[in-house]
Amino acid sequence: MKDSYDVVVVGAGPAGSIAARTAAQKGLDVLLIEKRQEIGDPVRCGEGVKKMSIRRHIEPDYRWICADVKGSRIFSPNGTKVEMSESISGGEVGYVLERKVFDRALAYEAAMAGAEINVKTRATGLVIEDGFVRGVNLMHLGDEYKIRSKIVIGADGVESKVGRWAGIDTSIHLSDIETCAQFLVIGENIDQDYCHFYLGNKIAPAGYIWVFPKGKNQANVGIGILGSKSGKYRAVTLLSDFLKEHMPDAKIIEMVVGGVPVKGTIEKTIANGLMLVGDAARQSDPITGGGIINSMDAGKIAGEVAAKAISAGDVSINALNDYEKRWRATIGREIDNSLMVKNTFVKFTDEDLNSLAYSLKDVNFTSMSLMDLLYALFKANKKLLWDLRYLFKDVVKNEIDFSYRS
Amino acid sequence: MVVIHINRYKCGYCGACVGVCPSGALELIETWIEVDKNCTGCGICAKVCPVGAIEVKK
Repeated sequence: MKDSYDVVVVGAGPAGSIAARTAAQKGLDVLLIEKRQEIGDPVRCGEGVKKMSIRRHIEPDYRWICADVKGSRIFSPNGTKVEMSESISGGEVGYVLERKVFDRALAYEAAMAGAEINVKTRATGLVIEDGFVRGVNLMHLGDEYKIRSKIVIGADGVESKVGRWAGIDTSIHLSDIETCAQFLVIGENIDQDYCHFYLGNKIAPAGYIWVFPKGKNQANVGIGILGSKSGKYRAVTLLSDFLKEHMPDAKIIEMVVGGVPVKGTIEKTIANGLMLVGDAARQSDPITGGGIINSMDAGKIAGEVAAKAISAGDVSINALNDYEKRWRATIGREIDNSLMVKNTFVKFTDEDLNSLAYSLKDVNFTSMSLMDLLYALFKANKKLLWDLRYLFKDVVKNEIDFSYRS
Repeated sequence: MVVIHINRYKCGYCGACVGVCPSGALELIETWIEVDKNCTGCGICAKVCPVGAIEVKK
C-alpha cells in the first residue's frame, strides 16, 4: 500500500469493483479496499439478475452462474398465480448467481485493469481538509494508515459510514429498509426454471418471500419484510415458518441475513472529492430489492466521472455533479418509479393482493418486465392503483405497445 | 454509555442495524458489531435486526 493514490474505493462489492476497474482502465492509480478477509463472503443477496443487464458489464461465465431461469411466478396470499415467462434467442432471461464467485470475478477484473486491492482493510474515517475529502484513514491487521487520494468512492454497502463522515445523511428509517433472511436449501422438486415469489402480510409483511433456483436441487429461499413491521416477528422466524409449511423436507446448508434499502433516491450522493455508489448510495430498487445491476451501472459512471474530474484537475462537487446527473437520469428514474409502486403496495391487505392477482389470472405474460405487469394490473384495477397513474402517463401518451397478450 | 446488548452468538453481521442507526453509533467490523458512546438506546437497531440479536438494556 502506498501513501497516496488518485482514487481510493472503499468496499469490493459489485459497485466498488466496477468503479475501481473503470477508473483503472482510464489510467488512474486506484486502491480498492475490502474490510472483510474474503471478497464476496458472506453473501447478503438473493442473487437474481437479468441476463441482458449483466452483459453490459461482464461476459457471462458459468463459474458464477448457478441457474438460467425462463420466468417468474408470483403467488398471492390465497395462492392465485401470475406467471411471466419470456424466451430470448440464445437462452433464458435471468441468472441466479453465485455471488461469492461473481464478486471475486469482478475484483479480478479490477486487479487486471491495474487497481491495487487490499483485503481485511477497513476505512475508519476520512481525511478532510478545506472542505474536501482528501483521503481515508484505514486499519489493516490492527495497524492504522493514512492514505491520501484525489477522490474517494464510497461503496461500503448498507452499513455505509463514508457518506456520513462527509456530512451526507444516509441513515435509513425503519420504513425504508427491508430486513431479510435467506436459506440456501437442498430439496427435491425445486423448479429450476422459474423464480417464485410469495406475497402476503402474514407470511412476509410489506415484503415477499422468494425461491430462486440455484441448480442441482438447490434454491435460495429468502424473505424481506419492511423494517417497520419487524420486531414482534423476525425475518428469520417467518422464513422458518414458510419452509416448514412449503418445503418441510428441505435441508438448510447456509443461512445469511441482510438489510436492503428501499428508500428511493437520496438527496445527495457526492461531496467535494467524494462519490457514493451502490447500497451506500441507497441505489437498490425499492420494489424488487435488486441492487446488483444498479450498483454496477453507478460504479461505472463514478469511475468515468472520477477520470474526467482528475484529468481536469477539478474534483469539487461541481465537477462530480456529472455523476449525480447521470445516475439520476437512468437508474434514479427507475428507483423513483419503483418507490411509487412500493408506497402503494405496502398499504395493500391480503384481500387486495388476492384481487389484483385474480384480475391477471388469464393473462399470459410473455414479458418479464415489471412495468408491463404493473400496467396490466393498472388497467384492470384503476381504482385500487389510482396512485400509480403518473407512472403510466408517458406510456398512454406514447401508446407504447406492451408485449403481453390477454 | 452503551445501552444495547448484542448477542454475538445470534448476530449474522449483516449491518442492517448500522444502516438504520440515527446517531451513527454502530459499526460492522468483519464479523461483529461495535457500539460507541453516541448510542442513545433508541432501539431502532433492535427492531430491524432480522434475527433479533439486539436488546436495549433497561
